[in-house]
Amino acid sequence: MTRAFHDPRLPRLLHPAAWWAWAIGLAMAASRTTNPLLLALVMAVAAYVVAARRELGAASPFSAFLRLGLFVIAMRVLFEALLGGGVPGQTVLLNLPQIPLPTGWGVRLGGPVTLEGVLAAAYDGARLAAVLACIGAANALASPRRLLRYVPATLYEVGTALVVGLTYAPQLVDDARRVRAARRLRGHSGHGPQEMARLAVPVLDSALERSLDLAASMESRGYGRSVHRDARSRRKATALTLLGLGGVVAGVYGLLDGGSAPLLGLPLLLAGSVAAAASLAVGARRERRSRYRPDPWAAPEWVVSASGAIAGALVLVAAQRGTAGIILQTSPALWPTLPWIPALGVLVGLAPAWLSPPPPLRAIERAGGQPKGHMWDTHPEDITSQESSGHSIGSSS
Amino acid sequence: MIRFENVGIRFEDDSKPVLTAVDLKVDEGELVLVVGATGSGKTTLLRCVNGLVPHFSGGTLSGRVTVDGRDTRTHRPRDLADIVGVVGQDPAAAFVTDTVEEELAYGMESLGIHADVMRRRVEETLDLLGLADVRGRALRTLSGGQQQRVAIGGVLAAHPRVLVLDEPTSALDPVAAEEVLAALTRLVHDLGLTVLLAEHRLERVVQYADRVVIVENGRVSADLPALAMAMSPVSPPIVDLGRLAGWSPLPLSVRDARRVAGPMRQALAGRTPARVIRSKTLTAASESLLSARALVVNRGRRTVLRGIDLQVHAGEVVALMGRNGSGKSTLLATACGQLPARGGALRTGGLDPASLKPRELLKHVGLVPQDPGMLLYAETVEAECRTADTDVHAATGTTRTLLSHLAPDVQDSTHPRDLSEGQRLALALAIVLAGEPPLVLLDEPTRGLDYGAKTRLVASLRSLAAQGHGILVATHDVELVAELADRVMVIADGEVVTDGPAAEVLAGSPAFAPQVAKVMHPQPWLTVADVAAALEAS
Repeated sequence: MTRAFHDPRLPRLLHPAAWWAWAIGLAMAASRTTNPLLLALVMAVAAYVVAARRELGAASPFSAFLRLGLFVIAMRVLFEALLGGGVPGQTVLLNLPQIPLPTGWGVRLGGPVTLEGVLAAAYDGARLAAVLACIGAANALASPRRLLRYVPATLYEVGTALVVGLTYAPQLVDDARRVRAARRLRGHSGHGPQEMARLAVPVLDSALERSLDLAASMESRGYGRSVHRDARSRRKATALTLLGLGGVVAGVYGLLDGGSAPLLGLPLLLAGSVAAAASLAVGARRERRSRYRPDPWAAPEWVVSASGAIAGALVLVAAQRGTAGIILQTSPALWPTLPWIPALGVLVGLAPAWLSPPPPLRAIERAGGQPKGHMWDTHPEDITSQESSGHSIGSSS
Repeated sequence: MIRFENVGIRFEDDSKPVLTAVDLKVDEGELVLVVGATGSGKTTLLRCVNGLVPHFSGGTLSGRVTVDGRDTRTHRPRDLADIVGVVGQDPAAAFVTDTVEEELAYGMESLGIHADVMRRRVEETLDLLGLADVRGRALRTLSGGQQQRVAIGGVLAAHPRVLVLDEPTSALDPVAAEEVLAALTRLVHDLGLTVLLAEHRLERVVQYADRVVIVENGRVSADLPALAMAMSPVSPPIVDLGRLAGWSPLPLSVRDARRVAGPMRQALAGRTPARVIRSKTLTAASESLLSARALVVNRGRRTVLRGIDLQVHAGEVVALMGRNGSGKSTLLATACGQLPARGGALRTGGLDPASLKPRELLKHVGLVPQDPGMLLYAETVEAECRTADTDVHAATGTTRTLLSHLAPDVQDSTHPRDLSEGQRLALALAIVLAGEPPLVLLDEPTRGLDYGAKTRLVASLRSLAAQGHGILVATHDVELVAELADRVMVIADGEVVTDGPAAEVLAGSPAFAPQVAKVMHPQPWLTVADVAAALEAS
């Protein structure tokens, strides 16, 4: 690794794991609070970093995740209003006609809608929306496909299956479109259930054939040469990795879910990480695959993941110590106030907007449209699409 | 380097073996061309080299295949990946990753090649195959030619010592094909790469071959190209011309042929080919079946066609040429209503195809897509023909009769997937013709067709034109265009570059000239048949 990678001004794509670590840190912060101001701050931080550091031309699922978040809030409030959520409240906003249900069901249908209940539901929905926004930010900043390149050697097959799946889904859509177009050529509209059944045959047919071709191609290009050397060590390493990843997943869940036993999260996370590291070491010993252009892990990667971790940790500690304003009181409803220390913590998550390297195409655009420096690191979907429509990069900005 | 010793291949459900008693030795640094009719076992022979047959395909191998001393019986394809690289017929089906660079690196990653070496080789391969400007693109957004080059590059980058290619240029335009072949010969000459190559378009490759292997009825024979071509069941136009003139040894390249063709040119001096006379008498006064004026078409946000003017008249065969990705398929898709015009107008028989209901559409225009299998759904040929009849409300048996004319030897009970490429094309064409559309469109119809199937296709299309159909064919195959077309239209980057009589356009362009035209230049002869007819008349 060259020293140049430590410089956050050098345009390059950041290691995807760094972005995901940052996003998980922010999501952890969001999951521990119901304060709408703090949650809004988390979303704003995520949105700002996405706006500043997303590569041009890359798919941006961020807004889709935001919309999903809004939907979650709306659904949560709607269900609270219709079914009641067990939050006792005095301030009745409106009275819906109530349909009598047998007592003891724990729910009601219709009836009074209270401010306290609605607020509790909205806060709860907002918490989930903020977590979704963080995941959306990670998706926009580093596509899951790039992250999948870093699955441990022992889980290589699983990773490959996922990548192939990600590639196949759009291809299946393409196939379906082509077959439907061909169906039109035979005088059918391609709509309706009977037509769908007809279309399914050629689409599935070609999908099956394609997967056989793919398997043949992978086989003849040496797939699995190094991994299947020794069945015993393979089983051992796979077991360790599964154990490790399971531990990490459980640990992250423990950290994100405030309701679980307070000491469950961190120890599980630690134990899981240790197991994962051990299995990685075992797996790496046998690893003979090499990796094309691995993303370096340099200073900016540390900065980005640390900023997420700090944001998460400060809110977590504040929540653990019961700092006022983390969990907002809804009964009786109070005007939310911003707790200062957790808010500052969340703001630390904003650091990557300046301290991470700009993505190459964005850097080109900012430099006034002149491609310079690291053209090798570009992902020039934009350049080529502009070229094919007759514009040069220079004239586009 | 490669040795076949008394090799036989037999698949379980077949009555007779695909290959029998194959003895073949390919030395290091040889470029060996495998020829044979469709279904003769070329692909099976190629797939034996890295053990895909029988490890992957099933079936029984008798005898022994060794590559660089490694026996394919004990080495699986993946164990041979460092010495044999295989590129299959459909490049898109073999892609493992989804961007160009990653695809080039995939094989090397599997082999565990050091990251620095890998980086350098990817850059070299990008330059070698002219892929540098699409390096970050998603593979499925590339044109067919680019995909083919990525597939070859992905295998080449791993520096195998043997390269096995199954029809590497059939999807490419003439210029791109030249580039790929030039790259291959350079690798053979500079690096001592051993290449085993199967190709239907012999005119493109036979002059580069050191030896030719003929596969016929499961038997294999190898010989020097000139000798092999003398008795080959399939041969390029230049060899046919040589046979006609009785040249010996047979010329394989345009250069060799021109040297001996002096007397022939003299004999034909001052004559005009019959077809030039015909294309002049084919008046523009006949009914216009397809007309486009200033047509602009987008695919997504990208403008693919920008201001196309086009006429196809009844009784006329028009060839649409142009490099990969120039907008040929888009024009055909627009002509049959699959894409709307964004500007200008396109009319088939006076109507806008995009506004027609599918049921009415097929009375006006029929398209045989690039992959004819897309049109086929049924389990048997017979069922397929029956549904086609009901689709267009034609009398029962219409499609079947058409099919029998186009391809006499197709069995009713065969599954469409088990037909040969030529038969499947004939079936798709019969289905399209059942609706009696005045205008017939074909997209790249000769991919995977051998010379025999191609000749039959030309004959059927010519007779359709004689019956008053208008035919528009998008193709890269200049020899097909020479045989078939009255008029040629060349498009580049969505604009019409040339539009004129076939003889003028083809003979006047080095990239699009068929072999006979190159040999007979400056006389406007395009095909062996033209020359033969003229010689007979004199």
